[in-house]
Amino acid sequence: MTWGRMPSCAPVANRRWPGESGTRPKLATCATMLFSLASAFGQQSSLAPGGTHASQIKSLGVFFFWLLGIIFLIVIAIAVASIFQRGQSTQDEAAQRRLKTAIAGASVLTILILFGLVVVSVGVGKEISAPGGRGNELVVEVTGNQWWWFVRYLNDDPTRIVVTANELHIPVGRPVLIRGLSNDVIHSFWVPGLQGKRDLIPSRVTTQWIETNEPGRYRGQCAEFCGLQHAHMALWTVAEPESQFQQWIGTQLRPGAAPSDDLQQRGQEVFLSHACVLCHSIQGTTANGQVGPDLTHFGSRLSIAAGTLPNNKGNLAGWIADPQNIKPGTRMATVPLDPTDMQPLLEYLESLQ
Amino acid sequence: MTALEELRAEPQQAEELARAWKNRPGPLGWISVTTHQELGMRYIVTAFIFLLLGGIEALMMRIQLASAENTFLNPARYNQIFTVHGTTMMFLFAVPVMEGMGVYLVPLMIGTRNVAFPRLNAFGYWIYLAGGLLLYAAAFTNTMPDAGWFAYSPLSGPQFSPGKGVDVWAQMITFTEISALCVAVELIVTILRLRAPGMTLNRLPMFCWAMLVQSFMIIFAMPAVMIASTIFLLNDRTIGTHFVNPAEGGDPLLYQHVFWFFGHPEVYIIFIPALGMASSIIEAFSRRPVIGYPALVLSLVANGFIAFGLWVHHMFATGLPQIGEAYFTAASMMIAVTSGVQIFCWLATLWSGRLQPTAGLHFIFGFLFIFVMGGLTGVMLASIPLDLQAHDTFFVVAHFHYVLIGGTLFPLFGAFHYWFPKFTGRMIDQKLGKITFWLLFIGFNCTFFPMHILGLHGMPRRVYTYVPEMGWGPANLLATIGAFIIAAGGICFIANVLKSRRFGTKADPNPWDAGTLEWSTSSPAQAYGFIHLPVVASRYPLWDQEKSKDIVTGLRNDRREVLVTTVLDAEPDHRLVLPGNSIWPFLTAVGFSIGLYYSVFAFSGYWIATALGMIGIIGWFWPRQPLDIRP
Repeated sequence: MTWGRMPSCAPVANRRWPGESGTRPKLATCATMLFSLASAFGQQSSLAPGGTHASQIKSLGVFFFWLLGIIFLIVIAIAVASIFQRGQSTQDEAAQRRLKTAIAGASVLTILILFGLVVVSVGVGKEISAPGGRGNELVVEVTGNQWWWFVRYLNDDPTRIVVTANELHIPVGRPVLIRGLSNDVIHSFWVPGLQGKRDLIPSRVTTQWIETNEPGRYRGQCAEFCGLQHAHMALWTVAEPESQFQQWIGTQLRPGAAPSDDLQQRGQEVFLSHACVLCHSIQGTTANGQVGPDLTHFGSRLSIAAGTLPNNKGNLAGWIADPQNIKPGTRMATVPLDPTDMQPLLEYLESLQ
Repeated sequence: MTALEELRAEPQQAEELARAWKNRPGPLGWISVTTHQELGMRYIVTAFIFLLLGGIEALMMRIQLASAENTFLNPARYNQIFTVHGTTMMFLFAVPVMEGMGVYLVPLMIGTRNVAFPRLNAFGYWIYLAGGLLLYAAAFTNTMPDAGWFAYSPLSGPQFSPGKGVDVWAQMITFTEISALCVAVELIVTILRLRAPGMTLNRLPMFCWAMLVQSFMIIFAMPAVMIASTIFLLNDRTIGTHFVNPAEGGDPLLYQHVFWFFGHPEVYIIFIPALGMASSIIEAFSRRPVIGYPALVLSLVANGFIAFGLWVHHMFATGLPQIGEAYFTAASMMIAVTSGVQIFCWLATLWSGRLQPTAGLHFIFGFLFIFVMGGLTGVMLASIPLDLQAHDTFFVVAHFHYVLIGGTLFPLFGAFHYWFPKFTGRMIDQKLGKITFWLLFIGFNCTFFPMHILGLHGMPRRVYTYVPEMGWGPANLLATIGAFIIAAGGICFIANVLKSRRFGTKADPNPWDAGTLEWSTSSPAQAYGFIHLPVVASRYPLWDQEKSKDIVTGLRNDRREVLVTTVLDAEPDHRLVLPGNSIWPFLTAVGFSIGLYYSVFAFSGYWIATALGMIGIIGWFWPRQPLDIRP
C-alpha cells in the first residue's frame, strides 16, 4: 500500500488578505481565545453575526445555551452530591416515595421546558425562513461545483445579468434570495455570519434569504462533504452600501478591461493562445470556456481558488504554475508556460478589474 | 424440585453437563462452536480489535488537523480514513460489541443454557467477521471507500466515486446487517421464550429489556440500510439502475431519507444496550434495586419507537417544507423526555444507594456527565435554526461523540470492569481501572469539548485541512493532545485486561454481591451456564435468597436441553433440545461471503452467493435423529 504523500498545500509567502490588518494568533493567547467567544476567530463565525437571520439564530442559541447549561449543572451537581449521600434503607417507604415524586416532578418539568423550546425554536425557524422580499429583493443564483462557486445575478433584462465566481456582493439593507443549484454533487451554501446553511442539490432548486444591515466581509464555506477539495471551497460575501453595490454591478457588466500596455497585451496573447481558454472566459475576448470560473473581472476579486489564497500576483503565480500543489485534486489543469510568459500573464489577469 | 444446596452436591451432574456442552478439540472444533459464551466473547474481542483500528484512524486524523495546512495526510487519504473510521466504529465496533455483550450475558441473566438458535448465532459471528475482513482487505489494498460513512449520492455514485471503494463499503454493510439481524432474532426468541420459570416480563433484568428493545429496532431499521446501500447505491453503481443518481433522473434525497430512516435508529441501537448496562451497574454498585423500574422499561420502549420518527433532523439543511420540519423538531425533543426520565431514575438510585467506589461506577459517573452534555447539545440540534448553523460542522462532531462515546463507550467500559470476573474468573485491577477512567474522561473532554467551539466558529466537518487565517489552530491542537490522552487510556485498559486475566485474584461467583442470576453461577461461567436451571420469584433473585431456593429438574443433562417458558409469565411450557456443535454455520457463511465479495465486482456474485449459501443451508438443516443430538 502506498502511504506516500501527494503534494499538498505548499507554504505560500503572502497569506495576508486584502484589507486585513491582524497578525496570526500566537500560541500564548490560545487558552484565552478558546474560551472567549470573541472575534479572535475569523470572519466565518456564527457567533459574530452580521446578518439579521444569523443574529436571530445567535440570540436563540444564547438562550438555549444558558437554559440547558443551568440544567446540566443541576444534574451534575445532584450526581456529585449523591456520592456523599449515606444511602437509605430500601425499607424506607417514605424516602422511596419522595424520590419517586422527585422523578415525576423532574419529568414533568422536562416536558414543559422542551415544549417551550419547541415553540420558541419553531417561531424563530419561521422567521429565518420567511420570504424576505419587499419588492426590492435581489435574486442571486449560486451553483456549486467541485470545488468552486458559480454566482449569477438574475435580472429580467438579460443584458444586466452579472456572472462571477467565489464572491458574492450584496447591498446592505436589501433582502437577497439565494437560489441554490449544483452542477455535480451536493454542496451546502453556508455563510455563518449571515444565515444558516442550505444544501445545493443536483436536480433541485433550494432557496434561502439573507439580509444584513452591517457592511463587511463574511466568509463562507461549503458545509456538505463534496469530495477531495471540500476543505478548500470557500467564498467571500461582501456587504456594501447600495451605491457601492450599484457601482460594483456597473463594473461587472462591462467586458474585460483591454490591455493598457505592452506587457498586458503580451499577457492577453499568452492567455488566449494557451489552454486557459478551454475552461475560462473573459468577456470582450475570444476566451469563452464554460467549465471554470469566469475571469472577466478577476483582478477585482478577493481570493484565488475559492477562498484558498488571497488574490495577489505572487499567489497567482504559484497557483498557475502548479495548481495541484496548492489544491491537490483541483480541476484546474497545469498549463505549461514559458517562464517569460508568466509575468505578462499575471499583469494581464490582475489588470482585469 | 428440591433445595439448591442438596443438588449442588452432585458432581456427576456437572460432569455430565460438561460433556454435553464440550467443544470438539482442534481447529475444526474451534470453528464449529455454537455456545453463547464462546461466541459472545469472540464478538467482543473482534469488535475491540476494530475499535483499536478505528482509534488509530482517529489519531491519524487528529495529527493531520493539529495545525493549519498540515501535510501529514493528503486529501485523498484523509477522506478515506474518516470514511473507514466512521464505518468501522458504527458497523464493526459499536453494534457488534453490544451484540456480543447480549449474546454472552442474556442467557446467563435469564437463567438458561444457550441462545435459542445457537447455529444462527455462530453464522452471525462468521458473517460479521467476513464483513470486517472485506473492509480491511480493501483498506490494505488501497481501495478504501472515501465518500463518508453515509455515502451520499451522487458523490458516492458511479460518476464521482470511480473505483471499487464505495462498492466495498455498500456490500460491507450487508454483512454487518445480516449479522445484526441474526443476533436480533435469536435474542428476541431467547428473551421471550427461554427465561427461567417465574421470571415474568416484569422481573426481566434491565439489560435484557434493553437488548430486547434493541433487537426489535434492528429488525425494523436494518432492512432500510440494505435498501439504501445495496439496492439503491450498489445497483446504481454496478448495473446502472437509476434510483438515486440525479444524472439519470434518480433522486439523491430519496437515498438520504432511506439511509437516515436506518441511520438514526442505529444510534439508539448502539446506545440502548448501554443504558441497560448502566442500570445493571448502578443497581449493583449502589446496593439497591433501581428506582422506577417500570419508568425505565417504558422509557426504553418509548425510545425505541420515537427513534424511528426523527430521521429528518439529519436533513434540515436540504430545505424541506416547514410543517414537516416542525414535526421533526418536536419528535427530536421528545427523545430527551424519555432519556431524561432514565437519568432521573438513575440519579434517584444513586442518591439513595450505598455507593461502592469501584472502577465500574467511575465509568457510570463519567457516562452521566458526558451523556447529559451530549443530550443537551442534541436538544440544541433539534431546533432547526440552531441546526442550520451547527449542522455538518465540528459542533455536530462533538455532539455525536459525546452521545456515542459518553453514552456507549463509558457504560461499555463500566460493564467490562463489572462483568470481567464472570468473563474470566478473575478480578480486574481496580486501581488500573480507575486510571483508565481518568485518562479516558480527561482525554475525551479535552478532545471533543473544543470541537463545539470550533463548529460554532465556522469549521465544517470532514475537511482535511483549514486555512491558517481562520484561527482554528489552537483548539484543534488541544483536541489532538486530548486524542493522545484517550489513546493512553486505551493502552492502560488493554494492559489491565491482559494483566488481570492472568494475575488477577480469583473471583467468587458473586464478587460484587449483585442481585441478578448471572452471579449465581461459577466465575467464569461454564459452557452450560448453570448446573441446575434456577426458578425465579423476584426481580433480584440473589438479593431475595429465601424466595429463590427452587430449581428446575427433569431436564436431561446428557444432551443440550433447555426449558421453554411462556412469553409473559414464564411458566414452563416444554423442553427444547438445542443443536450441538456444527461446522455448517461456518461453511454457509463462507459460501455467502464468497458470493457477496464477488458481487462487488459483478452482479452474478449474487447467484454464486445463493448457490454456495444454499449448499451450506442444506448441510445445516440435514435431518438427524431427534433424540440423537449430541455434541
